[in-house]
Amino acid sequence: MSVATAPALDVVHLSVNFENGSSELQALEDVTFQVWPQEFVCLLGPSGSGKSTLLRVLAGLVPPTQGEIRFAGGQPPRIGYVFQQANLMPWRTVLENIMLPLELQGVPPEEARRQAQAWVERVGLSGFESAWPRDLSGGMAQRVAMARALIHDPDLLLLDEPFGALDALTRERMGSELLALWQAQRKTVLMVTHSISEALLLADRVLVFSPRPGRVSLDMPVPLPRPRSDELRYTLDFIHLARELRQAIG
Amino acid sequence: MITLAKPLPWMKKFRPRWLTQGVWTVLSLLLAVGVWEGIVRLAHLPPFILPSPGQVGRRLGLAIADGSLARHTLTTLQEVGIGLLIGVVLATFLGYLLARSPLLERLIGPYLVASQAIPTVAIAPLLVIWFGPGMLSKVLICALIVFFPVLVNTVVGVRAVPRDLRALMHTLRATRWQTLRYLEIPASLPLFLGGLRIGATLSVIGAVVGELVGSNRGLGFLINVGRGQYDTALVFVATFTLMTLALVLYGLVLLLEWRLLRWQGSPRDHH
Ligand SMILES: Nc1ncnc2c1ncn2[C@@H]1O[C@H](COP(=O)(O)OP(=O)(O)O)[C@@H](O)[C@H]1O
Ligand SMILES: [Mg+2]
Repeated sequence: MSVATAPALDVVHLSVNFENGSSELQALEDVTFQVWPQEFVCLLGPSGSGKSTLLRVLAGLVPPTQGEIRFAGGQPPRIGYVFQQANLMPWRTVLENIMLPLELQGVPPEEARRQAQAWVERVGLSGFESAWPRDLSGGMAQRVAMARALIHDPDLLLLDEPFGALDALTRERMGSELLALWQAQRKTVLMVTHSISEALLLADRVLVFSPRPGRVSLDMPVPLPRPRSDELRYTLDFIHLARELRQAIG
Repeated sequence: MITLAKPLPWMKKFRPRWLTQGVWTVLSLLLAVGVWEGIVRLAHLPPFILPSPGQVGRRLGLAIADGSLARHTLTTLQEVGIGLLIGVVLATFLGYLLARSPLLERLIGPYLVASQAIPTVAIAPLLVIWFGPGMLSKVLICALIVFFPVLVNTVVGVRAVPRDLRALMHTLRATRWQTLRYLEIPASLPLFLGGLRIGATLSVIGAVVGELVGSNRGLGFLINVGRGQYDTALVFVATFTLMTLALVLYGLVLLLEWRLLRWQGSPRDHH
């Protein structure tokens, strides 16, 4: 978060409209914020406030209607994207799903396999290399998705409620695992979540979005010390921040 | 001849149970032959009405010995094979274009819906009139018959490619070709093969109908010959050969599905 470097991501007066037949729907209105290299930013806000749309714009899936997005280095970054549903290819095994980004980059299959194997171990799925997605639990599938999003060493990691479909316990465990991965890799991360405590445990900064059309209604740093553990939830600082966020969301 | 809309349970999977299933199949066949023999003997039916299993067996031996069965089977097989190839290639190609182009879909879509109502087999006589009694008309019939199920299933299959997987390929900057290879083909394969399974069996019927209408070779022609000469045993031999042909073709597609769609798991696992 050093101030000397340029932002990894500079979103300037971004608006996004969708045309629904005759009427227009404004999903994002005049959104401006910056993200620093290696920063972990969480997006909070009521559903329909355009958080997914923002990620999709950053990933180049949706064109901005107004405003622009500047990336460090002037080039669109390499992106790792994790969706709410694991979004695996059901015809590929765990290993084959993880190695997909490398294959698309033209990495030789042997090398791709070797790297994917390392990621299988890193996300704790040893022994499941050749399992089919249909045989995985929700948490395992999301671990595969996480490995797939990280294997090609992306500049920007976009997570859209990655644990939203998981039960509370799995969700907490996945949060800690993500934290450990991020601690080791130090990617620039934008993560959408509905959970205030998840945001506070993970993020350097939290952006709160207003109801539609989405605008940034609060840009709050999270000055909690790292490395963070689950115990943090029960500290006074944590509770104060949580209350502040709760009030901002409305 | 029987058209199988769904795979029979014993064809679905080669499992240990297969063996016992096989035994039962053989037993049931033996039983059928026994009943058949009984009817012929008790009713004193003349061979040109209903030949006995033994007579059909001898006729089969004769047809094999003089090479006529192999020759005619080969003709039908060629017609079906070439027809399938042409029909499947065209249908897959056009199906993909239709699925990916809303404009083309709007232009051709209505015809496709209407074409579903055409009894393709009924066009066989027309094609024989237009293209003569040779192989060409039968090849066209087969191609036409396999064309529609494969086309429709390809369109549906490519349409059904999950939106989020498309988005994923986009975020990974996949080229158009990579999207086709890594996403669209594997994702639409189950439906495509389903269309092929239906089309392949139907196309055998198509070839035979064409041959019955007008031809000088093929199993349909052999049936005509047998009928003309009151050689009913020959009609049986040709009919059984046709059934075998259709079943083998059907089995080949099932085998293909079994090889390529292992990720779906066996249908039994879902129950
Ligand atoms: N492709 C689209 N076409 C039309 N409307 C859309 C599209 N994507 C999202 N929207 C609309 O934009 C608004 C914001 O959606 P979204 O970004 O998914 O919100 P969030 O992720 O915060 O819940 C919603 O009202 C949604 O219906
Ligand atoms: Mg969303």
